[in-house]
Amino acid sequence: MIQAEDIWQFLTEVEDPEIPVVNVIEMGIVRDVRYAQDKWVVSITPTYSGCPAMHAIEQDITELLSEKGLEHFEVKTILSPAWTTDWMTNEARMKLEAYGIAPPQKGSSDKALLMGKLRDVKCPRCKSYDTHMISQFGSTACKSLYKCESCLEPFDYFKCI
Amino acid sequence: MMGVLEKYILHLADNQLILGQRLAEWCGHGPVLEEDIALSNFALDNIGQATLLYKRVAEIEGAGKSEDDYAFLRSEREYFNFLAMELPNGDYAFTIARQYLFAEFYALYLSELTKSKDTFLAEYAVKSLKEVKYHVQHARDWVLRMGDGTEESHHRIQQAVNHIWNFTGEWFMDFETDIELMQSGVVPTNSKLLPKWQNAVQKTCLEATVVMPVSGWMHSGGRNGKHTEYMGHLLTPMQYLQRAYPNSKW
Repeated sequence: MIQAEDIWQFLTEVEDPEIPVVNVIEMGIVRDVRYAQDKWVVSITPTYSGCPAMHAIEQDITELLSEKGLEHFEVKTILSPAWTTDWMTNEARMKLEAYGIAPPQKGSSDKALLMGKLRDVKCPRCKSYDTHMISQFGSTACKSLYKCESCLEPFDYFKCI
Repeated sequence: MMGVLEKYILHLADNQLILGQRLAEWCGHGPVLEEDIALSNFALDNIGQATLLYKRVAEIEGAGKSEDDYAFLRSEREYFNFLAMELPNGDYAFTIARQYLFAEFYALYLSELTKSKDTFLAEYAVKSLKEVKYHVQHARDWVLRMGDGTEESHHRIQQAVNHIWNFTGEWFMDFETDIELMQSGVVPTNSKLLPKWQNAVQKTCLEATVVMPVSGWMHSGGRNGKHTEYMGHLLTPMQYLQRAYPNSKW
């Protein structure tokens, strides 16, 4: 008999389609795995309401669980509690930085940013704090575009929500 | 017959869908690459929120419909979005003026909606508020930049704010059909949001050296399915594929 822990373990194989260095567990997208009535229910939550990766993630999970021999399961999308970058594990943050994306800083919503002040964001390449925001929106809704004044490289910053 | 709550949620969803469709029209046409990307991202937020809301309407209706049925298979008079959402994008100043004024309203609205007695609406509000705060910040920034910018940009943003102003009154009307939902704490009372909204907008206008228009006669009708002449032209390309090839999928 498959246990919830086995399923959690299986799900570490599902990568984030936009950021393939992290998996859906590390991203905090999988919220719950439980057996209810006669099937396994895997609950996932969207990072942003319109995140196009969610469809891919749902499909990938469905395919993987079928491959693992599960017959009766459902992948359910839940909204509450709303996803926050605080749920990203430290390991995920380190992987993001190594991948070239500045990880979100701890302390959920970017209050300083919303008040018009900018946070100090570290360049993932040369580690300089001499960086500035080029655009609030980068390659995806969850990232802003920054530029490092020290090594002159542009980079993505995973913004806090 | 559709119940009061479903119709109300449909109104929220339609606002998101129609505004999202308008913003998506900027994709590939933005004044600079960063803005093109920003507006496409907002459109994605809007359409994502519309999807969540339509799904909920489908659940309550229980007639086996999908979010796509609501988005693509209704006719003009069956949409309940505010008129401002469907107005053509105009120049960048107009798009930004609408974006700013509506986001400022919607952030206030959602803050109240987080206290809703309806679990779904409260959860929707918490999730969406995070996104809308970024919308406010982005649009406000541009209002300041244009208002306090060159003579040309100042003129454009002032014209834009003047133009859209008569369409904002509808956002703060309390509709008779919603009174019960308001009294039972399911949805906020829109008229109560007006003073806070005016304060926030006044503050931005002052900083942007834009004259805040005096409120007079206001357009309304969206809530009752009575739209501007632009609505049909928006729906036609949006619905074409599903109308011509019913049930086609990606």
